[in-house]
Parts: sequence; structure tokens; C-alpha cells
Amino acid sequence: MTNTKEHILSLLEQVSDPEIPVLSILDLGIVRDIVCTSDKDVVITITPTYSGCPAMDAIAFDIKLKLIENGFENVNIIYSLSPAWTTDWMSEEGKKKLQSYGIAPPQNMSSRIEKLLFEEESHIKCPRCHSTNTKLLSQFGSTACKALYQCSNCKEPFDYFKCH
Amino acid sequence: MDSNQQISKSTNLQINQTLHLADTALILGQRNSDWCAHGPILEQDIAITNITLDLIGQARNFYQYAATLINNAENKNETEDSLAYLRNEREFKNFLICELPNGNWAQTILRQFLFSVYQELLFEKLIACNDQQLSAIAAKSIKETKYHVKWSSEWVIRLGDGTEESKTKMEQAIDEIWMYTGEFFIANDYDIIDVTSIKSKWLEKINEIFEEATLSVPENTFMQSGGKNGIHTEYLGFLLSEMQVLQRTYPGANW
Repeated sequence: MTNTKEHILSLLEQVSDPEIPVLSILDLGIVRDIVCTSDKDVVITITPTYSGCPAMDAIAFDIKLKLIENGFENVNIIYSLSPAWTTDWMSEEGKKKLQSYGIAPPQNMSSRIEKLLFEEESHIKCPRCHSTNTKLLSQFGSTACKALYQCSNCKEPFDYFKCH
Repeated sequence: MDSNQQISKSTNLQINQTLHLADTALILGQRNSDWCAHGPILEQDIAITNITLDLIGQARNFYQYAATLINNAENKNETEDSLAYLRNEREFKNFLICELPNGNWAQTILRQFLFSVYQELLFEKLIACNDQQLSAIAAKSIKETKYHVKWSSEWVIRLGDGTEESKTKMEQAIDEIWMYTGEFFIANDYDIIDVTSIKSKWLEKINEIFEEATLSVPENTFMQSGGKNGIHTEYLGFLLSEMQVLQRTYPGANW
């Protein structure tokens, strides 16, 4: 059975976030529990990133597909809201992948202090030229989980995966 | 409902509480979604539609929970979709402020600000309530709401303390919708938390931002109410007919 669990993890590693295909769902930290009741039956618990993230339904579908393709018969997906997902659950490997994909990875929640009005998270490193001389363009970017920044050094705009 | 299948009063209250939270998030989300591709500039268009996405996601979580409660109690087969698309106007329990037309950008911003400040305070209380699922949804959602509060607060200041025109528009927006905020704090039999207890904190925050925005909080104005009990403005029916038309015309359609 332990082999089965490791096998499932290796399969889940191949399921990626449809919005950010460079990240696997394990990198994102949204897989919370795996319970195999037999070689054919498995219950996977996942937690949403944002309440309205449209990727969740696609992810659940992709998990089922991947496991069924690999011999599982009953794949049950449970959505769990508590404890609420945080970007701190993202793997270090995932953060590196984001950076090289052109999205600045989230800072640690612990290093983040509650921002006052008109203040922004600073020292976000530009994923292209690595300068930290960057500024916020918009708190809301191309998806709910990202903010739009611009590098003041190389002038490129880029997405920042915001702390959550 | 069959008379011999009476659901307990407490379950009924729990269902109504959950539907009130769901309807409120959905209707405001539906209204805000009208801004998609019509925002004043691209970044703000994206901001308001991301806020919409958060609200609709919250509504889905509340509706899924309401459907579970109803199905367990009444042997029905409700889903998040049937609750959103197949209930009538009088069954909706959203606040009136959510169903009001968007008006101009100032009015949309002001509503989002007044509502998000309330929602953050409400979720803080809900996190501590004894309904585990409502607590979990609140804990999840409040992280999103904090962003909405920050964004809308900044806009209220930007417009209020902006040009003569933007200030005038904010003042007109206050005249238009302030009377719909009283309902936030009117207790109802299904309220799981004491909503009257968050009023002073809400007012404190509104005052703080208004002061910075050089705007004034109206005093002793008439307050409109009814939404929590299903008594709505004339706007909700039109909103629902547009939102529900597909499921009403082609029942069960999906893609």
C-alpha cells in the first residue's frame, strides 16, 4: 500500500495547473490527503487556492483522468476548505519553476506585514533581470492569484504570484 | 414540503442563513460582472472582475453547503446551480444594496467599499461561529475580502479627494446608496452571529476612509431594508431574468 501511495504521488506530479502549466498540483500545495482503500480505490483531498479559481474543476478532472489511465477505478475527489490554502504551502521547487517561467514567486507570509493603503509589497524580484527595483501596477493581474508589477530597471511588466 | 416531513426549525434557520450569505455574494458578483470589458482602464477592469470571481466562488461554496443541508433535511436533490438559477425573486435573501444597478464607477466603488468592509467584519465573526462549514468558508474568503477592502478604500480616497468632478460623483453615490447600508445591521431570526455588534466597527472604518477622502458620512437618514427577508427592489427581478434565462429556457443545460 505504501508503494501505491508513492505511485499516486508520482502520478499527481504529472498533473499540472491549467493556468500555470509549469507548476504541478504538488508544487502548488493543494493536495492535502491521499487515502487508498485498495489498489483500485483512492480518495484524494484537494483544497482550492482562491474561492473562485476556475482551475479547480479542471484540476479535479485531470486528477481523475490521470489515475484512471493508470489503472485506478474509483477516484473520489474531496474538496476541503479548512485549513485555508496559503502560498506558504508552495514547494521551493515550485517557486523556482515559477521564477524561470517569468512569474515572480510569492514571498513568505511571515515576512509580509499587513500593508497600509497605497503601500505595496516591495522588493519583488523581476523574473527577467532579477532587479528588485520594481513597482506594483495593479493588485489584480491576469488571474486572481497574481498581481501585475513592472520592473523599473529593464521596464518589463511581469506577474507576481501574490502572498495569500 | 410535506406536512409529515417537517424540517426542524433550527435546520431551517441554518439553511436560510447560508442562502442569505450565498445570495448576497452571487448577486453582487453578477452585478459587478457587467463591468467586464467596460472598466475605465484595463487594470481596473481586471480588478473588478477578479473581485467578481472571488464573490462568485464564495457564493458557490455557500450554495454547495446550503444544497447539502437542504438535501439532508428534505430528501431533495438541490445543487448549487438549482439554488442559483431556479429560485424566484422572493426566495432570494441578498441585501438590497447588491442588486442596485452599478451606476457609474464611483457608485460601483462606493458599494464595493461599504460592502467589503462589512463582509470582512462579518467573516471575522463567522470564523468563530459554531457552524464548522460556515467557519471554513469564512476563513477561506476573508483573505480575498481583505484585498477587496484595500482596493476599494484606495479608490474611495482617490475619487473623493480627487478632482471636483470625481468628488461630486462620490457625493452623489453616497446620496444614492447610503440608505441601503442600514440593512447590514438589522438582526434577523436566522442570523448565526450578532450583526448589530459589528456596526460601530464598520462605521469607524467608513469614517476613517471618508475623512481621508474628504467625504462626509450622512447622519440620521432613512434606511431601506427587506432583502434579508426576500422583499426586494424592482431591480432584482430584471437581474434574475437575465441571469437565469438559460436554465429557465433549457432546463438542465450544461456544457
